[in-house]
Amino acid sequence: MNNLIILPILIPLITGVVLIFFTKNIMAQRWISAISALLTIIASFMLAHQVYRNGIQTMDLSNWEAPYGITLVSDMLSALLVLTTSIIAFAALFYSFKSIGEARERFFYYPVVNFLIVGVNGAFTTGDIFNLFVFFEVMLMSSYVLIVLGGTKIQLRESIKYILVNVISSALFVIAVAYLYSVVGTLNMAHISVRLSEIGSAGIITVIAVLFLIVFGLKGAIFPLYFWLPGSYYAPPAPVMALFGALLTKVGVYSITRTYTLFFYHDVGYTHQLLQTLAVMTIIAGVIGALAYTDIKKIIIYNIIVAVGVILFGVSILTPESLTGSIFYLIHDMNIKATLFLLIGIIIVITGTSDLEKISGLINRYPALGWTFFIATAALAGIPPLSGFAGKLMVVRSGFETENYIGAFVVLMSSLLVLFSVMRIFIRGFWGTPRAYKNEERAPVKWLLVAPAILTVFAVLYGFGTEAIYPVISTAAETLANPEIYINAVLKE
Amino acid sequence: MEILMALLIGILFMTATYLMLSKSLLRIIIGTGLLSHGAHLLLLTMGGLKRGAAPLLGEHAPSYVDPLPQALILTAIVISFGVTAFFLVVAYRAYQELGTDNMDRLRGKEGHE
Repeated sequence: MNNLIILPILIPLITGVVLIFFTKNIMAQRWISAISALLTIIASFMLAHQVYRNGIQTMDLSNWEAPYGITLVSDMLSALLVLTTSIIAFAALFYSFKSIGEARERFFYYPVVNFLIVGVNGAFTTGDIFNLFVFFEVMLMSSYVLIVLGGTKIQLRESIKYILVNVISSALFVIAVAYLYSVVGTLNMAHISVRLSEIGSAGIITVIAVLFLIVFGLKGAIFPLYFWLPGSYYAPPAPVMALFGALLTKVGVYSITRTYTLFFYHDVGYTHQLLQTLAVMTIIAGVIGALAYTDIKKIIIYNIIVAVGVILFGVSILTPESLTGSIFYLIHDMNIKATLFLLIGIIIVITGTSDLEKISGLINRYPALGWTFFIATAALAGIPPLSGFAGKLMVVRSGFETENYIGAFVVLMSSLLVLFSVMRIFIRGFWGTPRAYKNEERAPVKWLLVAPAILTVFAVLYGFGTEAIYPVISTAAETLANPEIYINAVLKE
Repeated sequence: MEILMALLIGILFMTATYLMLSKSLLRIIIGTGLLSHGAHLLLLTMGGLKRGAAPLLGEHAPSYVDPLPQALILTAIVISFGVTAFFLVVAYRAYQELGTDNMDRLRGKEGHE
């Protein structure tokens, strides 16, 4: 029993509810949400520390014992993801203060961001499959509001598509849970795992595994199911885009990781081969998109898809080393995608356009922005001392060790092309002849640069401190590789 | 009984898929309504349709029906109600702003309004 687990969910929830009462007082909104975001970071850091010291922490809500009530489970992976989420949420909130605009701030922007964090943190922490559905809906409902808030034409158009896709995938989630319940008769994730290993390998379990892959693949944008993402993520303003790009697809990736390591690990021949093929196709599709566009938002959006593919390729190999690599890469990618979206948000504020053809010579006037962007792109591609390197190295190495040469080769090639796609922004946008832009004078560039600069510092520290972080991440991978640890912690056998 | 329900749910899913592939936005929303009906009925069916008393302890019956799927359905119903209400309002706003309910005309050149 440990009440610390629920704090990263409870603090944003209470803040969101309180903020509803002061929608007209913008200063109060900003202060309250900033303070609560700081408190969430502290609580999730303490939680991660505790999980590292004492193993998996569980909390049976209302003291109902494990399979009967809802259990919140925080293993190292969940705790790290909650910590990363809290830091990104703080950065995005801080950035919003100067960039989101009063019109949006007056209409429940901060409460909805807090509810989004509730959904994400809850989805990372829950130990119950239906509760995961509910937290998904909390997160999605907030994301519907954030994507449409402001009501411009492009937002309305894209939010209709986004809502429709997610309504369908939510219905599929309910259907998948119904099938799983009729097979195993329980909803607690540890208990489901026990029951599934009693059944062993049956055809219906493979069918349910693929159905879950479709459901979470729709949320997490894997190869044939990513079609909604480029349009939808194009519509909202930069801080919302950073929250979406860093958090939403990663919840889908986390759910695939969790279900494919905890539930469906008995008969891996078909399901994990499928996952691997789709992951490789996802990388290829993402790289093609990232190279095809000259729009800076689109380039970064397609890079989300590439990263999802790399992480899932590591998960599909299912060795301790590849899982460690995937977790390394997952946390790095959440951080770096938030950074890049916030940085291109600044470029768009300065130039008033996201078309790369119309931007050049920014480094003359904005050297700090330019070099921060340079470091962030180098980290994204995985240049050695920075954060993207260690994860990709482990994924590629275990790919070669298990003789998945094509996949490992595609991951390696994708690094080069990803570097090319973002370096294009740097070379064309920051070098070249300087131009004058009409919004330039009013842009609060110094203030906006603070949040992405801090996240870039994290990316650098994460890269240089790989040796120090390694034991923490390998603890997380160990739980994924041996589901017994998770099951014993929850069911207390 | 379960086979009959499975057939019915299959027909609901079929209709929902057909409606969601049409051009008009309202038909699409009706499709999502049918899809969630199908999902909720499936949840009830998969929980088992054996005979038993309603899940009230005051009934003092020898056996009751499974109360868990009913709670899940109740949760799923209110969630899909909330989402549908939001979706309908967004569709209404989109009709006011964009002046069309034809999904083919909701394309627009990427990024330009």
